Amino acid sequence: MTGVPYLSLAIWIPIVGGLLTLASGSDRNAPVARLIALVFALAGLFVALPLYSGFDTTSAAMQFVERSPWIDRFAIEYYLGVDGISMPFILLNSFITVIVVIAGWVVIEKKVAQYMAAFLIMSGLLNGIFSALDGILFYVFFESSLIPLYLIIGIWGGANRVYAALKFFLYTLLGSLLMLVAFLWLFLEAGASFDILQWHQLRIDMTAQSWIFFALLASFAVKVPMWPVHTWLPDAHVEAPTGGSVVLAAIALKLGAYGFLRFTLPIVPDAAHNFAPLMIALSLIAVVYIGFVALVQADMKKLVAYSSISHMGFVTLGFFMFNAIGVEGALVQMISHGFVSGAMFLCIGVLYDRMHSRQIADYGGVVNTMPKFAAFFMLFAMANAGLPATSGFVGEFMVILGAVQFNFWVAFLAAITLILGAAYTLWMYKRVVFGEVANEHVAALKDINGREFFFLAILAICVLAMGLFPKPITDVMHASVNQLLQHVAVGKL
Amino acid sequence: MEFMIPDFRPAMPELFMAAMIVLILLVTTFIKDKRRSVVFWLCQFTLLASIYLLFQVDQEYRAVDTHVLLGLTFSGMYVIDSFGSLLKGFVCLAVAVTLQYGRVYMAERKLDSPEYYLMVLCCALGMMILISASHFVTMYLGLELMSLSLYGLVAINRDNIGSTEAGMKYFVLGALASGLLLYGMSMLYGATGSMQIHQIARTLYEHGAQDVVVIFGLVFVLVGVAFKLGVVPFHMWVPDVYQGAPTAVTVLISSAPKLAAFAMAFRVLVNGLFDLVEQWQQMLMLLAAASIILGNLAAIAQSNIKRMLAYSGISHMGFVLLGLLSGYIRERGLEVDAINAYSSALFYSIAYLMMTLASFGMVILLSRNGFEAENIEDFKGLNQRSPWFAGMMMIVMFSMAGIPFFIGFFAKLSVLQAVVMAGYFKLAVLAVVMSVIGAFYYLRVVKVMYFDESSDPMPLKATLGFKAVLSINILAIAFFGLRSNDLMQICALALRF
Repeated sequence: MTGVPYLSLAIWIPIVGGLLTLASGSDRNAPVARLIALVFALAGLFVALPLYSGFDTTSAAMQFVERSPWIDRFAIEYYLGVDGISMPFILLNSFITVIVVIAGWVVIEKKVAQYMAAFLIMSGLLNGIFSALDGILFYVFFESSLIPLYLIIGIWGGANRVYAALKFFLYTLLGSLLMLVAFLWLFLEAGASFDILQWHQLRIDMTAQSWIFFALLASFAVKVPMWPVHTWLPDAHVEAPTGGSVVLAAIALKLGAYGFLRFTLPIVPDAAHNFAPLMIALSLIAVVYIGFVALVQADMKKLVAYSSISHMGFVTLGFFMFNAIGVEGALVQMISHGFVSGAMFLCIGVLYDRMHSRQIADYGGVVNTMPKFAAFFMLFAMANAGLPATSGFVGEFMVILGAVQFNFWVAFLAAITLILGAAYTLWMYKRVVFGEVANEHVAALKDINGREFFFLAILAICVLAMGLFPKPITDVMHASVNQLLQHVAVGKL
Repeated sequence: MEFMIPDFRPAMPELFMAAMIVLILLVTTFIKDKRRSVVFWLCQFTLLASIYLLFQVDQEYRAVDTHVLLGLTFSGMYVIDSFGSLLKGFVCLAVAVTLQYGRVYMAERKLDSPEYYLMVLCCALGMMILISASHFVTMYLGLELMSLSLYGLVAINRDNIGSTEAGMKYFVLGALASGLLLYGMSMLYGATGSMQIHQIARTLYEHGAQDVVVIFGLVFVLVGVAFKLGVVPFHMWVPDVYQGAPTAVTVLISSAPKLAAFAMAFRVLVNGLFDLVEQWQQMLMLLAAASIILGNLAAIAQSNIKRMLAYSGISHMGFVLLGLLSGYIRERGLEVDAINAYSSALFYSIAYLMMTLASFGMVILLSRNGFEAENIEDFKGLNQRSPWFAGMMMIVMFSMAGIPFFIGFFAKLSVLQAVVMAGYFKLAVLAVVMSVIGAFYYLRVVKVMYFDESSDPMPLKATLGFKAVLSINILAIAFFGLRSNDLMQICALALRF
């Protein structure tokens, strides 16, 4: 391990870049703002790369650890580190930030500097969430990441943006404040320490475990989002600008799932085992019921939003079956979903920029005017449906394998998603892309330009690469997941 | 009884300020209206020099004896300790900032008569005396000096019905509260035979505190304190007075006097009546819970930003009380936990001081040229008019809502930590749930600034000094969020007794 504080750099480079972008001022300097944003987004990605290349895949311990006191009075530390579970998300996040900056390059015309700054700051804060090993530090990043997203939805969003932004904010805030109370309780139990790894070793009796389990659930379930607290997500997605939707789907949704792995499972394993049937039931409802809901959506973004909830149901399902293949499958699914849902939203964004409509009914026969776009969209739709050789397949298949080990009927219900996912995605694709040219607006569409081709192509490469050869990613996870499961298997009572 | 010349040194800052008030009074009679700014700068000099003196005196006393709780002087009527010095320092600073915020505002409305400056200084002096009082008489003296100045200040715009009505309301209710306070003090005197706070504490410790008269006295004193803090159910005056007073006066009422009232609460309850802790803890619990609930719920319904901030202030005071009541824990060792809890309350009040100054400063910033920016709607599209100050206001709002990286979050965190440590989980959960409701109305301000179109495209006009002080004020909220450790340590050190 080198002495370079890569994690700190990954957090603070985007944030500093965001502030600098803000300083570029009004829209007259928009080109400058864009350039600064791109440079810092690339720099952020660049400093995140050593996290992968320097990662020791054989070790389950925290790596790239940075530790220094922050608030002595409460023993709060600036304590960072990554393991195989969190490291891929930092890479994913830094990567998606670059894509988002490019995707918003000319599309955003008003308040460019603020737009770019919000995404950069957001990116830094999200990296902070994934690398924090101190409870309060985690909470601080977790909460403050709400601010940029709130502004992104509210300023650049669609017609009903204010409602959506507020709903998003308050839902998440309620959840996370209950989590804060749980953290304070753990702080006392751990003998005045916010060290998450120390919390993992705590012995806690069953009643307390249940309380903590539900306090954490309140926070993470909203973020994931799990049924029945998912209702903020379609609203937020529909109203957010394309970049906002991408970050929301690709990264922000992963926070809740990550929270389950970092907090719920290791800290309260007995409660997690105890309530696993509940969690599995909720996950299956998300998978099946939300899948049906997605089927009937008339708005493309809403459809993808519901499909996200359904996919995230798969993730939570994978976690609470407590076997290695399930958890790893869920992690792969999270990363794959980051690429695929991001790409889906970008595709919809491409259409929306031209037509200013997201209604499926307004489209038809897009393939005739935008053949290149149709090809990309096809690939991502297939990945969303979980077609083999795309990244979507790997995760889903692993989770279903895990489910078969666990219980046949759970696996059976989970597998329905393969049918449903194909049904809603491909049906939407058919209505939008194939058929006769629906109206003169569609007839006037221009195919994607070089910038759009670029970011869609990169994402397409990622989706295919992960689908064909997921080993580089699963290798990173192995040690950490195994250690986590061993830890969870031993009760704390 | 033999007469002794008291030691004047501990009271140097107060004596200096009193002398300066007289001097300024003299100066104003000889000065032309055009030279009004001389008065302003004299006031600023007085306040800043007082801070310097405070620092000197504090150093001097700490050099003599490091662990001293106090130097008492004036026959035990006056106490010097680092708790008092810290609070007095912040009071002077807050008043200086207030004057800066109010300067142009008052001048534009022709309200910047010398009385305004003098009453503000008198108010500051009253607060300093109140903070250092260790005897019911000095306490009452300080309290009334502060309150009477404030009554006058609220009604200073005497041609305005709202202002005079607010002044009247404030005066009547304030006088009632003072009466109740006095009544309670007399009962405590009757039961213990002393008005000196440490003497009372000793008597209660030696003879037990289960006397009905003592408890009655406690109740009445608490009512007086609660009124000054403006907590439910003694909060009725807060929104009306905040709204009616000229905004430059509202800044003052909402900021420094809360610190002084906190000091009074601390001295009476913790220093004086600690043997009644089980009683007042229960009472504070009710007051705090009611304040947090009502403050947050009522704030939602407000369209006037001054009223909204008033209700939000009520809920913040509830949080301060939460910290204050968490100091006593039956089962555990007292010492560490108590300091922890009290310093969290102290930290919270200082954090609130910064935030409330900044929020009303923003209101003043928008109400230029005789136009009163009283409604939340007036913040519409501020992001277009001035991205910098929209960002600043956003920091204040998020800080008040308790969203991290800003000081408001760490203040809430430290109080909640104390509450949880004392074992009151339900209170903590209540406070947390109410914070979410509170976030709603703070977010509405952000929403109005960022998501709505501006109806008034005029850029903001303000003097450079105003903008600089406001920006520093708000950047301090962000800075002390990141470096909250330093301020927390100072608070904890101030309470080490």
